[in-house]
This record gives sequence, C-alpha cells and structure tokens, in this order.
Amino acid sequence: MDILQQLSEILQKGDADKVSELTKNAIANKLGPKVILDDGLIAGMAIVGEKFKAHEIFLPDVLLAAKAMYAGMDLLKPLLIKEGIPTIGKVVIGTVQGDLHDIGKNLVGIMLKGAGFEVIDLGNDVPPEEFIESAQREGAQVIGMSALLTTTMPVMKKVIDMTKECGIYERIKIVVGGAPLSAEYAQEIGAHAYCFDALKAVECVKGYIGVN
Amino acid sequence: MRALLDRIKEHEVLVGDGAMGTMLFSKGLKTGECPERMNLDLPEVLEEIAKLYLEAGADIIQTNTFGGSPLKLSQYSLDAKTEEINVNAVSAVRKVVGERAYVSASCGPCGRLLKPYGDVNPEEVSAGFERQLRAVVAAGVDMICVETMTDLTEATLAIKAAKSVSPTIPVCATMTFDPTPNGFFTIMGVSIKQASKGLAEAGADIIGSNCGNGIENMIKIAVEFRKHTPLPLIIQSNAGLPEMKGGVPVYPETPQFMAEQSRKLLDCGVNIIGGCCGTTPAHIAAIRKMVDKFNKS
Repeated sequence: MDILQQLSEILQKGDADKVSELTKNAIANKLGPKVILDDGLIAGMAIVGEKFKAHEIFLPDVLLAAKAMYAGMDLLKPLLIKEGIPTIGKVVIGTVQGDLHDIGKNLVGIMLKGAGFEVIDLGNDVPPEEFIESAQREGAQVIGMSALLTTTMPVMKKVIDMTKECGIYERIKIVVGGAPLSAEYAQEIGAHAYCFDALKAVECVKGYIGVN
Repeated sequence: MRALLDRIKEHEVLVGDGAMGTMLFSKGLKTGECPERMNLDLPEVLEEIAKLYLEAGADIIQTNTFGGSPLKLSQYSLDAKTEEINVNAVSAVRKVVGERAYVSASCGPCGRLLKPYGDVNPEEVSAGFERQLRAVVAAGVDMICVETMTDLTEATLAIKAAKSVSPTIPVCATMTFDPTPNGFFTIMGVSIKQASKGLAEAGADIIGSNCGNGIENMIKIAVEFRKHTPLPLIIQSNAGLPEMKGGVPVYPETPQFMAEQSRKLLDCGVNIIGGCCGTTPAHIAAIRKMVDKFNKS
C-alpha cells in the first residue's frame, strides 16, 4: 500500500506511535511535507470527520485520531516552516465567557486543524476582549465561538458588537455553534454563519478563506 | 420512612423532582457562576426550591451537588470547599423535607475526560467522587444519583465510589443518550445495552436516563432499557429541547403533555419518573397526578 494511504488509515485507527513512525518514513522517502500533510494526515482526518458525522464512530475515536494527527503534524511543522509553506488560514476559537463546556469547541478545533488550518484555541470561559485581541494580534481571518448554555449565548453578540466597534467586522468572519443555537439566532446577533456541527464549521471557514 | 427499594419492589411508582439549574437562575444565580456556590452563599434558595418540588408531590428531592466533585469544583477554584458545599446542600433539602421525601445526592460528571481520550487518571476521578460522596453520606442522604454520564468508565467509577463510601445507600445511575440512525448512543459511544450491563455490574441499584431528550425519545429509551435489564428504571426527561424565542430559551413540552406521555413510561415498566432541564414544579405536579392514578389502579 502507498505510504500516505497507510498513514491515513493508521491515523483513523488512532495509533499515534505508528503515525509518528510512518510520517518519519515518508519524510525519509523524500515525500514533501505538504504532500504528507494533505494526502496522509488531512485525508485521514477528513474520513474520521465523515464517519463521526454518520455516527459510525464516536467521540473517543475522534479524540484518539486527533492525537495521532498531532503526532504527525509535530514532525511536519518544522519542515513546513523551513520550506516557507504557509497554513491555509488562521482561526481563533473559544467557548464564550461564563461557559465551561468545551467538547464541541474542541471538536471544531480538531477538525479545523485536520483540514490544515492554524487554530488558536483560547479555551473556555473566554472574555469578549480576548477574542478581539487575539484575532487582531494573530491576523486571524475567522473567529469561532461556542456556547452550550442558553445563558451564555448572549456573550456572542457582545463579541460581534465589539468587532464592529473596533472596525474588524468587515474583514473578519464570525462563525458560531453550540447545542442551544440556531441559524435564526446566529443571524439575529450578526454572525456570518451558524455551524450545526464541526464539519459544517470547516466547510464555512474554507468558504471564507477561499479554499476548497 | 420506608426503604425506597422496598417500595419499588412492591410496584409503587415514585416521582422524582424537576430541573435545578433553571430554578437557580430564576433565583439569582449569575451566568458563569458556579451553581454549587449557592450552597455556601444562599442555602435558603436551595430550601425554597426543595419546598416547591416537595409541594408539587415529588417523593425524591435532589441536592444541588451535580458539579460537587472536587475535580469539577476546581474549575471555579472551589475544590477546597468540597465538604462544606456538599454538606450544606444535603442539610438544606433535609431541613425542608424531613422524612416526607427521600434526599438524593446528585453526582454529575467530573468535567474532564479520562485517559487516553483526555488527561485525567481514573484514580484521581475515583478519589474525587469518593470525597464528594463521603460528605453527602455523612450529611445523611437517603440515596445517591450518579447522573448525566456519557462515559461508562466514569459512571462505573462514581457508582463504585458510592458503594465504597456506603454499601447500603441505594445508588441510582443514569446516562444521557443521543438519537442516531443506528439507535441511541451516548456521545462517548455507549449503547443502552452496554449501559444496562455496565451500570449493573458496577453495583447500581436503579438505572436509566436523564437529559438530552424530550419525553417521546425517552419512551423509546425506556423500552430499550427494559429489554436489557431487570433492575428498577428511572427516567428524567427534558421538557423537550429548548427553542430560542426573543433571546429567551423556551422548553416546548407542557406539564400536561409530559404527564400524558409519561403514562407510556409506566407501561414499559419505569419505576421512577422525574424531570430534567426545563421541567418545573408544575410538570412534577402533573406527573404526580398521573402516577397517583396508576398506583391506585
């Protein structure tokens, strides 16, 4: 089997050690880091995302696959930087202030990284200012916000209002998600998109950044 | 007060209470605050809520200790107060209900994922649950309810912690399932069949489901549980899934609707019916009425 195909399949099984070993092999075989990333790791993670969406696999499988993906990415990152290959885009994500639920947000982070984006994860209970400061400092194209509680959803509007006040609303896209949200609510508060799940988030971000 | 498990054995259906979180918010809990902080600052609020559910006819009143394990409390830097938080919660409910209802200690997930999926060791999780449950047992609870679990290993650790602290206090254990095209599973991938087996093997006396679904899905969940377990069953449904109306979450299922539907839970052999998110004392009162008719028949 093709080594990249093998890498994708081992990643799907969540075997971090084996992914690390195969990535090293691929690098030793003079496959470029971008090819290993795209056709090995990202290809594998895309299948994990699809299977999770189809309920064929569950959260534990995704988390193990993500660990395996990171094991490979850690080896590729210095090479990608050395060759001057940029990430396809930068996204700042976090669970809004007052909310400690991060499973959904973490899944979005995993899937975005798995699609090749650079993700700045601010964690949970993130104050509105921090989203703004981080997005400006990092030059992120997208801010992603998550909330699981009906009581913390209004914080999203606060963040969006702040992006308008400081003049970045026009050039930054804001995507929101979380169990109690709806497309109507997202529209009402001025978000650019409501993402029902992590794959939808990836699709939206890809659309905004102009990759397919 | 007669032993809870004896009453179930004699085919009496018992009524649990309704939502705690929404009640706390209506009584002054602020967004982002630790709900269990109320136990330190405003225990009189806990008494008010217990009184409302007691008057609605609940046989079992839960304590405000869902996030009372030190691992969870540490997210708010309140882990040093684990004992005080848990003891106060039990005392508040007991003060109101006396021997008129059972005081049930709520014990929710620790908020961290176990290795290898997350970063926490099972020993740490066990020790945390033990510390919390030792406090509620010392304060005199009548039962322990391990609830809203999605990871069977974590649920098992909590049940075993409860049994190690007190081998005699009944332990109820519930998990939260999502509907999928292939049936009901927790987000961690646990089926109802696996839950039935795992929760029983860990030593739970009563098993079932709470949260995540409205009553109609809960009926399907109950039917599935009954296929796989002879143990007493508990079902605590949400009042549907919240819809945002003018920026305010509204739970669509009315007391009357839930009570009518709950009748079907009795037909499939559920022994305790209560409510979860969005249910109110009015929902519990309606369920009480329906259950009373059933118990008399």
